[in-house]
Amino acid sequence: MMKDRREFLISLVRGGGAAAVGGLVWSGLLDGKGAGALTLRPPGAAAEERFIAACTKCGLCAAACPFRAIMLATPGDGRPIGTPYLVMRDHPCRMCRDIPCAAACPTGALDVKSVSDAGPEGGIQLNVNKARIGLAVIDRETCVAYWGIQCDACYRACPVIDKAITVEPVLNVRTGKHAILGPVVHSEHCTGCGSCERACITKKASIFVLPRQFAMGEAGEHYLRGWELQDEKQVREIPEDPKTVTPRSKKSPLDYLNQEGP
Amino acid sequence: MAPIIRNRFLLLRRTVQASVLLLFVAGNAFGWKVLQGNLSSSRLLDSVPLADPYALLQVLFTGTAVATDALIGGTVVLLVFAVAGGRTFCAWVCPMNMVTDLAERLRDAGGIDRRLPAMTLTRQTRYWVLGLGLVLSAVLGIAAFERISPISMLHRGVIFGMGAGWTLIAAVFLFDLAVVRQGFCGHLCPLGGFYAVVGRAGLVRVRHREEQCSRCMRCRDVCPEPQVLPLIGKESGFITSGECTNCGKCIEVCPDDALLFGMRMPGTPTGEHKGG
Repeated sequence: MMKDRREFLISLVRGGGAAAVGGLVWSGLLDGKGAGALTLRPPGAAAEERFIAACTKCGLCAAACPFRAIMLATPGDGRPIGTPYLVMRDHPCRMCRDIPCAAACPTGALDVKSVSDAGPEGGIQLNVNKARIGLAVIDRETCVAYWGIQCDACYRACPVIDKAITVEPVLNVRTGKHAILGPVVHSEHCTGCGSCERACITKKASIFVLPRQFAMGEAGEHYLRGWELQDEKQVREIPEDPKTVTPRSKKSPLDYLNQEGP
Repeated sequence: MAPIIRNRFLLLRRTVQASVLLLFVAGNAFGWKVLQGNLSSSRLLDSVPLADPYALLQVLFTGTAVATDALIGGTVVLLVFAVAGGRTFCAWVCPMNMVTDLAERLRDAGGIDRRLPAMTLTRQTRYWVLGLGLVLSAVLGIAAFERISPISMLHRGVIFGMGAGWTLIAAVFLFDLAVVRQGFCGHLCPLGGFYAVVGRAGLVRVRHREEQCSRCMRCRDVCPEPQVLPLIGKESGFITSGECTNCGKCIEVCPDDALLFGMRMPGTPTGEHKGG
């Protein structure tokens, strides 16, 4: 009996040791988890962390894409293996109205609901313009339109033209008599489809799509724009006389200065 | 016996494996609707969802909710192999089987087991890997085995493009060829371990007829999991271990007709062999 128990314990230790070493090596292999951070996912993709967890790498989205724009990452190309991605300069997302890629996803890693409006009778109505694959960013130093040369390739290519990209005329101060017609991206409407990146005429695209969390800043809640309805509401919702009570604030400031000063 | 009869299950298995693979390839390349996706999850005839239940389990262990389609798919596959004998997947569907069978054949041709001292690994390892895969999925928040699985790598690679994935397949091939016999499929693969657990209740099983057996033990020589054959020459009954892959090699090699496929009906006397 004693011998059996000892043998059992030893085998448990052996198994545990092997599992510990194996687990360490294994998790080392998985360490490239964040490598996909700059990867652009098909429309309807959940936030990267959740997407990676839910995607079973089945390729149904890639097979469903009529333009063959969605590819599956292979080992060695620096993206999480087997997950779907888009390279906009080669094949932008064509924004199909029926969103076949998201509809094909069996696990919900691509979530149809996130690219739909509420439809009649509690159903959903697909709306591909709600897709937020990424956000187009312009490098004004290499964009020839900002040099004063006329180019509106990205503006014309944009499927949400005049909303996601507009052209803003400003004075060309170098010549003093011409206009610069510079493209401007609006994050409120940009789907990140990448048609602009594909259309850009410079050698390496001067407008390109980045995942939103990398392309956007955040002002923080305490900066309020009094001219925006939403922000003004926030000001109004502040309680009449906000009071923070700390041991020190129990006394009036005047008392504090008079009685506790040096 | 004509070679085609002698190798009937081998030919049938290769046909099934190749057909499944080709249907998946055609599903992606030509839009055939028979099988679309890959072994991780797919659609059969554009209507029935299918999913790898172990992959799904890993996703669930990451704490991610999964859409109903995948859950239904996983259940369908689980039920199919619960009836067909879990590891029937390994011998009849899994593409890695072709790779590791080739490695084993070359291992025999090269006489590696005669020339080199044996390297062993307990066959229980796969159950540790199975559990470890789930633990790592929960800790790291990604389906851990799916990320490095040579099965998915090969299958997805053939359908959607391989990249550097062939290196992993080559590594498994070399491991099986020169290190441990049946090293991957028979010792390490957690999916095989998972299906071995599922297959315990399998209905399609190899049956042994002791009264016909001449105890030549050729079945044990060809069996990729010889520990499942403890009853050979001792008693009649079904091979009950879930680790049996239903590959039929033992049936093909038996000169006495002492082995055959049968249906094990739940509730009927199985001649279950204790121990082993």
